[in-house]
Amino acid sequence: MQVASMHFKERAHVLLHDELLQSNLAKFKGKFVAARRAAITELDDFDGTRDAAKAIRNRALENLDVWLEMFERNASARGATVLYAQTPADVNALVLEIAARHAVAKIIKSKSMVSEESALDHAIEAAGLEVVETDLGEYILQINDYEPPSHIIGPALHKSKDQVSDLFAKHHGTPRKTEINELCMEARAQLRQHYLSADMGISGGNFLVAETGSVVLVTNEGNATLTTTLPKVHIAISGIEKIVPTLEDVATLMRLLPRSATGQSISNYVDILTGTKGEGEFHGVEHMYFILVDSGRTAVLASEVREALRCIRCGACMNHCPVYQNIGGHSYGWVYPGPIGSILTPMYVGLDKAHDLPNASTMCNQCGVVCPVRIPLPDLQRKLREQAFERELRPWHERAGIKLWAWFALRPRAYAWATRLGMRVLRRLGSRDGMIHSLPLGSGWTAERDMPAPAGRTFRELYAERTRTSQQTLPLENAA
Amino acid sequence: MRVGFFVTCLVDLMRPSIGFAALRLLEAAGVDVYVPPTQTCCGQPAYNSGDRADARALAVKMIQEFEGCDWVVAPSGSCSGMVRTHYAELFADDPRMLARAEALAARTRELTDFLVDELELERVPGRFDGTITYHDSCAGLREMGVKAQPRKLLAKVADAKLVEMAECESCCGFGGTFSIKYGEISARMADNKCQHIVNSGADAVVLGDLGCMLNIEGRLRRRGDKTRVLHVAEVLAGEGA
Repeated sequence: MQVASMHFKERAHVLLHDELLQSNLAKFKGKFVAARRAAITELDDFDGTRDAAKAIRNRALENLDVWLEMFERNASARGATVLYAQTPADVNALVLEIAARHAVAKIIKSKSMVSEESALDHAIEAAGLEVVETDLGEYILQINDYEPPSHIIGPALHKSKDQVSDLFAKHHGTPRKTEINELCMEARAQLRQHYLSADMGISGGNFLVAETGSVVLVTNEGNATLTTTLPKVHIAISGIEKIVPTLEDVATLMRLLPRSATGQSISNYVDILTGTKGEGEFHGVEHMYFILVDSGRTAVLASEVREALRCIRCGACMNHCPVYQNIGGHSYGWVYPGPIGSILTPMYVGLDKAHDLPNASTMCNQCGVVCPVRIPLPDLQRKLREQAFERELRPWHERAGIKLWAWFALRPRAYAWATRLGMRVLRRLGSRDGMIHSLPLGSGWTAERDMPAPAGRTFRELYAERTRTSQQTLPLENAA
Repeated sequence: MRVGFFVTCLVDLMRPSIGFAALRLLEAAGVDVYVPPTQTCCGQPAYNSGDRADARALAVKMIQEFEGCDWVVAPSGSCSGMVRTHYAELFADDPRMLARAEALAARTRELTDFLVDELELERVPGRFDGTITYHDSCAGLREMGVKAQPRKLLAKVADAKLVEMAECESCCGFGGTFSIKYGEISARMADNKCQHIVNSGADAVVLGDLGCMLNIEGRLRRRGDKTRVLHVAEVLAGEGA
């Protein structure tokens, strides 16, 4: 996908003033939050389960190479072919190569965020093949001229029912439907024909199981089951970090994933797909491929933000993020929005193109406290802020401002003098109501807020005065 | 018991009355309060801006100033949270400083947390004739575990009635330098918070961090709303209330 993260502020500005989007976001806001809050009470020991999940993901990542080799062995033994893609371009090339090998003309896809990284659909169409997205959200976006997804589990969450009604009527040439059920039936009728005529299915992968060579798909619409079983060829595309050692591990993670994501105890469908159709077997595809994608993941593993790789893509961080709730997923300018995107996007596309993302956070840590695998998202954002600061990627006045503040704060005498003067000046900027309505150099604040004016004299001044008058001596000398 | 009082830079510069209210509460509880005269800033603005070197230097200064105290108390969840949950990380590569940072972190508390959990304060001098609603600031809540303590104390304030606003735990949008770097997003978040405050019908919103106070008060006033914005120390001490 084209990277637009360098335009974060401009995009957020536009979306903050997009009334339709704001009304759609307001409807969405709180729904997943409330559902999750209810769902996690079903577990006797939610926090203990999170500890276990964190340990499982850490164990997988610490010996990633070992588990990947085990996966490859076991998947191959069941008739699948395991391929590796180092870059997004490699993903597209491998898919097209496989399509050519099996004389594929039409491809159906279930949801895969990793394929968004490489804009796979565009590459498929550019090669003259047909591709149909079957996840309802992805389908909506595809027929809306490939609008980018705004959320990792609900790609079209930013759209209202009315917008979808209009889109369906226009694209399908059918009478406009207004009931959600009717809209779903219409999408289903449209998609059914494609399932039956497609030559190849492409899915993502929620988990890769090393001990069995299986891919696990967690969905609600049933489209992934059809996509991965009806055509003769199935390709599962997955980041290499999605691996877990055992099926038992999947069971633990599945206690958390749907609950953290949509607040469901379990998703409507959980597919565990292992190998090709064996002799005498009824189910299964004739050809199964895995494309295991690096695209920056090993670099994350070697970095100080490696904990981000524990992510199981539940979306809880963005559902709970007050910044995301206000600006929507499109502001972030790439595949992964919200707090996890603020780490992954700079790591996958370059910090120079996306240093706004880790900075555009109040570090309220609402994301960190809901993350099912305990990724310390604000701490990781801070690590990237440090890198951006060191590399001088942030505006000069921002760096200079901090340096200047620190210079004074490290020198108490200069600080006392400067703040004494500064607070008196600020005091005079205040109006009769005690508010500063406009701050030179501080328009970021005062454009839409007043700044309460300071009292004029500092606590240190007043306290020194008080101790002098009361003839008190300081209880002890500066311990330094 | 010697309590080092960290006034915090924002209270020091913007609203010293909060510092004196906090002092009065601590002194009324009978503790020996020490106010290091050279104190400035805990280093959080530098830390969260990615300026690790300056954050470290300021942390060293703070540790030197306060390590002679039995406790370090601040009228802020954010600044006390900086010391308690982040100082150690700054010295991960320096075992000597790490030990000192950890020792200070273990003794650093947010004001209401200290008054309730350490001093077991039974009575407060404050009186407030009206309804108040409490905003949980992010660092106080999620770094320092401040949730019940201020409410417990506010319940002791004569004549005050406490009502809860919707989403009292959601961020007001301050976020330090975020409020200026991303002013538009910050102001929108503040506006959401103000709407909840107004909807609660309270006469005053009370909170424990001056950063959130400036943000919320600034947005309320720009909306033309007169709801009072008070620091919890002011209400408890009966100053400014």
